Amino acid sequence: MATTDEVKKLAALARITVPEAELEQFTQEFDAIIAYVGQLEQLELAQVADEKPPLRNVMRPDEKPHEAGQYTEKIVEQFSARKGDALSVKQIISHD
Amino acid sequence: MTKPNEMTIEEAARALRARELTVRDLWDACAEAAHAKNPELNAYLEIFDADHAAIEAAQKRIDTEGEAAPRLCGIPLAIKDNILIEGKVASAASKMLENYRATYDATVIKKLRAAGALFLGRTNMDEFALGGSTENSAFGVTKNPHDASRVAGGTSGGSAAAVAAHLAIAALGTDTGGSVRNPASYCGVVGLKPTYGAVSRSGIIAAASSFDQVGPITKTVADAGILFEAIAGPDPKDATTIPTGLYGEQKRERRVIGIPEELLEGVDPDMLAQFRATIVALGYETKTISIPSAKPSLAAYYIINFAEVSTNLARYDGIRYGHSAHGETLHEDYVRSRTEGFGRETTRRILLGTFVLSSGYIDAYYRKAHAARTALRADYEKAFEQVDVIATPTMPTPAFTIGAKADPLSLYLEDIFTVTANLTGMPAISVPMGTVEKLPVGIHFTAPHQGEDTLFEFATAAGEKQRRD
Repeated sequence: MATTDEVKKLAALARITVPEAELEQFTQEFDAIIAYVGQLEQLELAQVADEKPPLRNVMRPDEKPHEAGQYTEKIVEQFSARKGDALSVKQIISHD
Repeated sequence: MTKPNEMTIEEAARALRARELTVRDLWDACAEAAHAKNPELNAYLEIFDADHAAIEAAQKRIDTEGEAAPRLCGIPLAIKDNILIEGKVASAASKMLENYRATYDATVIKKLRAAGALFLGRTNMDEFALGGSTENSAFGVTKNPHDASRVAGGTSGGSAAAVAAHLAIAALGTDTGGSVRNPASYCGVVGLKPTYGAVSRSGIIAAASSFDQVGPITKTVADAGILFEAIAGPDPKDATTIPTGLYGEQKRERRVIGIPEELLEGVDPDMLAQFRATIVALGYETKTISIPSAKPSLAAYYIINFAEVSTNLARYDGIRYGHSAHGETLHEDYVRSRTEGFGRETTRRILLGTFVLSSGYIDAYYRKAHAARTALRADYEKAFEQVDVIATPTMPTPAFTIGAKADPLSLYLEDIFTVTANLTGMPAISVPMGTVEKLPVGIHFTAPHQGEDTLFEFATAAGEKQRRD
């Protein structure tokens, strides 16, 4: 049985917060799903060799794929914060 | 004459070449129907303005090339919201990507553009293609055109509803565990999940990468063939794409349908009766087959889905693109962006994926699921030594009432007939087979890898049977 604390811990690992008010129901639903998929644990599987799909390589010619800067403005426009063409983020290392 | 928006790809292509119709007429009829019906159905998240240059170019091409012009030239299509069209929003029906504009065309869009196809709009779906009813969209549920109190299915519910209600000539969806075939069944249209690797996923917003495929949703089997042919083929931008003939030829003299009787226990009796009547009417030889690993495969499917979804969605951090919320620290930026951006089901699957991949549980869950998947593929390959296709109903029931399956596990259990094709990578198709409780239902055929032609043959026969009734 998963506890609300365990769900909170998983959420923290996944960088998400589950709202307190929803935690109880969320944990119950989580438990029911884990119990269902957990039935696999009891499954006796015949030993089947793990065959890899037929091998092939998908390659493109090793050359310049497109003009430099062709997508820059479009991509930079999606940034949450920009300085010129650079992505602006919070300072991570402090100097004090 | 049939109204232009009610035409199939084949009919519209013929009418355009016969000068009975212009590309502009066809666009206007589809756009008008879409604008009129969308407030009720919520099939489209956005209906695009007419691209006059593209309409004129398509007309010119038909005028000059005639029969030689691609059949999709001038045909308006609806596109699922997780397929990138340069300059348009591609949100995957999530708050996370509500304002994200695609910086390039998906390969399938490039191919359709080259064929002269037109894009009517982007269609509603379950957020990040997680669900089976389009109820998980951040922008409201899509209604079933046959009964607006019911779901259209999912996750490509908007695409299926748009085609069924004639708000587009045809559409593209994506299929991770049945997301093209499930809504096709609920809405009474045709849906194909191609062989894994048949169609490029470059420019598709990833859900579960070892399952995802792009597939056509159409009014007829012939249309599915036309659309599939247009989008299929190897792509240097998707290393999982495969060349034709990779799996060898599969020609045989007899035509045999395999029926996995053990899987049909517990299916709605009316659905089962409709299924058996359809099989009898098709007139092919049938054979009872056994797929011992099919039942546990649903659990295996979900474990792998959770694992891959949690991995794929780790990229949404509020920094480079997508919803961005700020706190005191960088860590808080991540947490707030993800908490605000993701809906409930998406959060659930990310947490479940985090769980099944965690070091104490990975052997019991993820590795066991992978072994079950290998066993399933072996069972299918064995079955296909005796039969050409395997048939089941597409879904255990007709479309359910909106809100009736609020418990997530009950919704997962609906996918028993569709997930096996994603686990094995084999192609599968859903074709209408009549009605149950006055609602459309589909029959589902699976063929060996790259057996799309075999699927089309059986599905065409089922489609003709349906027209005679």
